[in-house]
Amino acid sequence: GPLSERPLMEVRLGELHTWISTCNFSPQGLLGAVQKAWSSYCAKYIHVRQGGPAGISMLLAGYCLLSYGWNYQHFSK
Amino acid sequence: MNLAFFDQFSSPSLLGIPLILISMTFPALLLPSLSNRWIPDRLATLQLWLINLITKQLMTPLDKKGHKWALILTSLMIFLLLVNLLGLLPYTFTPTTQLSVSLALAFPLWLATLLMGMRNQPSVSLSHLLPEGTPTLLIPALVLIETTSILIRPLALGVRLTANLTAGHLLIQLIATATTALLPTMPGVSLLTLTILLLLTILEVAVAVIQAYVFVLLLSLYLQENT
Repeated sequence: GPLSERPLMEVRLGELHTWISTCNFSPQGLLGAVQKAWSSYCAKYIHVRQGGPAGISMLLAGYCLLSYGWNYQHFSK
Repeated sequence: MNLAFFDQFSSPSLLGIPLILISMTFPALLLPSLSNRWIPDRLATLQLWLINLITKQLMTPLDKKGHKWALILTSLMIFLLLVNLLGLLPYTFTPTTQLSVSLALAFPLWLATLLMGMRNQPSVSLSHLLPEGTPTLLIPALVLIETTSILIRPLALGVRLTANLTAGHLLIQLIATATTALLPTMPGVSLLTLTILLLLTILEVAVAVIQAYVFVLLLSLYLQENT
């Protein structure tokens, strides 16, 4: 389909800057993008009939990494 | 004494955004979202089982009027459980180690139970101040003691939660420092401290769960007295 309607995983590397220029960077657009990303993550890893620990563990690992980044300048002494 | 060990409890902020906000809202991401299926995914089933267990356990001793508190008590329990357990992951921040968070949770809820009792059945609430069968001479002293004990409840609730979690985190940090410091010189003793660290971590998981439970249980007890 047209470039602006393809999801990010199907955009080739060379077309990336064109794809970004077609993005909607208003607050509603960004919020919609975050909502879409979260729901596709949930649909893929969590709302599965026989899900395992992978879905939640990735979330927790991401949280640990985020906390590491937040505290970095405190313990990099 | 090395006061640098207390630095882990300072509220970290990056670019002016404090981490405490994220650490208090992150648990919401881990809970099941609304689904119109009878049997949702595995994670939601596990959590629904846990929530049912907690609600039954908390609401059985209360009478019908106290059941209005089911939602707030259960959500408080889930919040404290998640926040305490998340604080045990590396580099994470536990908001309940801050007195401000604990007291902010304890004070309004305790006050609500007190005011509910005083408004709906004032004589019954006041009669709790004097246990049955006290000798006549002891009555003034006992009323004073019971009043003090009522007034100190919110402080006790908040400080108990904070102190337990803070002490646990501090112990973990101290023993971990000892383990890494001893590793180059005395590996045997280092192994011993590592075993102690593992046992302590298991204890901390238990403490995290128990503290959440005790907090909510005591609140429901105060509610029971005043309903």
